Amino acid sequence: MAIFLTKDSKVIVQGMTGSEGMKHTRRMLASGTDIVGGVNPRKAGTTVDVDGTEVPVFGTVKEAIEATGADVSVIFVPPAFTKSAVIEAIDAEIPLAVVITEGVPVHDTANFWAYNNQKGNKTRIIGPNCPGLISPGQSNAGIIPADITKAGRIGLVSKSGTLTYQMMYELSDIGFSSAVGIGGDPVIGTTHIDALQAFQDDPETDIIVMIGEIGGDAEERAAAYIKEHITKPVVGYVAGFTAPEGKTMGHAGAIVSGSSGTAQAKKEALEAAGVKVGKTPSETARLARQLIG
Amino acid sequence: MDLFEYQARDLFAKHGVPVLDGEVIETPEAAAAVAERLGGRAVVKAQVKVGGRGKAGGVKLAADPADAVEKARAILGMDIKGHTVHKVMLAQTADIKEEYYVSFLLDRTNRTFLAMASVQGGVEIEVVAEENPEALAKISVDAVEGVTPAKAAEIVAAAKFPAEIADQVAEVLQKLWTVFIAEDALLVEVNPLVKTGDGKIIALDGKVSLDANADFRQPEHEALEDKAAANPLEAKAKEKGLNYVKLEGEVGIIGNGAGLVMSTLDVVAYAGENHGGVKPANFLDIGGGASAEVMANGLEIILGDPDVKSVFVNVFGGITACDAVANGIVQALELLSSKGEQVTKPLVVRLDGNNAELGRKILTDANHPLVQQVDTMDGAADKAAELAAAK
Repeated sequence: MAIFLTKDSKVIVQGMTGSEGMKHTRRMLASGTDIVGGVNPRKAGTTVDVDGTEVPVFGTVKEAIEATGADVSVIFVPPAFTKSAVIEAIDAEIPLAVVITEGVPVHDTANFWAYNNQKGNKTRIIGPNCPGLISPGQSNAGIIPADITKAGRIGLVSKSGTLTYQMMYELSDIGFSSAVGIGGDPVIGTTHIDALQAFQDDPETDIIVMIGEIGGDAEERAAAYIKEHITKPVVGYVAGFTAPEGKTMGHAGAIVSGSSGTAQAKKEALEAAGVKVGKTPSETARLARQLIG
Repeated sequence: MDLFEYQARDLFAKHGVPVLDGEVIETPEAAAAVAERLGGRAVVKAQVKVGGRGKAGGVKLAADPADAVEKARAILGMDIKGHTVHKVMLAQTADIKEEYYVSFLLDRTNRTFLAMASVQGGVEIEVVAEENPEALAKISVDAVEGVTPAKAAEIVAAAKFPAEIADQVAEVLQKLWTVFIAEDALLVEVNPLVKTGDGKIIALDGKVSLDANADFRQPEHEALEDKAAANPLEAKAKEKGLNYVKLEGEVGIIGNGAGLVMSTLDVVAYAGENHGGVKPANFLDIGGGASAEVMANGLEIILGDPDVKSVFVNVFGGITACDAVANGIVQALELLSSKGEQVTKPLVVRLDGNNAELGRKILTDANHPLVQQVDTMDGAADKAAELAAAK
């Protein structure tokens, strides 16, 4: 199995014909993703040759779904156009929209999130400001390098892209069912809790690694959820113990405000829920290794 | 970005929120003419981005223009919780009968916006929330619906504003919401919102925080930046488009990806515990690209920091290939020495992931006397801390 994304997923790319979109469409195709089309209203009806694969371009997400049966859209459009791209995906009721774009104004994200709720939450949104997700050996929706690791029985959910790669690398011999980068913005579509729940229900996931960072209270809420609902072993890591108060550390959401959002509070909450929390990424990987036996 | 009170006041005025007349000045002498224009009496208020300035003596009432000069002289240059006062605002005085509190903010937990209001304003709202939580109304605002007249009335009713001013407060709330939306704010707060003797509702003091991600559609926001207050290294990094935060330690840090860099700071701080307590000197995320030019810019900033005694370059090649990063480091060092910069600080480099072996070979072959490689992140952090402590 895997979560959210499988070998049967049919993927379209909004913003495919842009430079980032094209670069990563190429990489996704090379890693075996079933890319069935791109979306660009100005190039509708044409096809794009991606390393020998002819990928059709559609005018809208709706047309792409009708023509191909697509159920995943990966969004690479610039920040100024991200809101309308996501709303288009929501209107077309695509089951999964993966928003890679970094730098989306939080008003826009709050807006498309509210709109999705209004429309009955038919679209799972991952991101924005995320690397996407990968189910190794099956499909890859986003920018996570596919060659770091193989299919296996660890589920990974992370706010950070490079820490996702680092963890996949450290545990590459064991392999992953799915790795989900949920993004570092203050408002994101899919949370740690959503991924934890999905990994709990996935028979091919044996243990879960959860990576968090300073800012907000998502990790604390995830800890409460783990205590109540997760029976699989969970290993955690939190970045940002040395971050000063009031400074944004790279990710728009990574900021300690007053006494809230500290790494220490998150670590304590996770440990109180029975999660083993590593002091460094490498120690976290060792803890995961011990648990999987 | 947090704004000064006078900047918040300007944004309020721009969107029709009732405020008192006032003007910001930077020298005591300038106070006379402003006080004169405001009718003689004026309130002199320190402009600092920190709460509690009233208690610290940063707000004084001036009886006449000459007194305004004296009060401005007393406040300018004052230190308030580590913030030096470089500007004061002179504002009209108000006949305050009641003090209230209203704000709009991003509610991260619920992924929506939140309105907060209380008829107990004028004090720190955290204190009200702690001691008398039922006096602080919290009403969720849907990002699509916004603050409609009905929503404004709901907030007013929840906070139990007196009936005779309910409509006025509701109108102010809708205008503040306009500020919140039109300016891409993360926080718009009025404390106190006052009722005057003649029954007017006025925003007497305000706090606004803006979303930097919206800068592309808010061209006027650049002028609101307090460039004078920025750390010179941070200002230089920003000019070069680098994501850099100055910290207080001795180990310079360069890495790719915000999470990895945050993690690197932590790992260096742990390693420092065994090496005389050295700490990371900065946060610097060079992002996915990590070209030679970006690496050179990053190294230049970090090597230019007098606090830095050693540098830790921590890269995981995901999309970026490590050979490109290694070439970047080699070229960056050449570039810096060709610009006449003396590179004397040791660099510890850890490359892992995509093309790591090739990258390591490039650095080995370059054989730069100041560069040494360690294969693991924890080991490299330890080495960098050791080198910083030895200096």
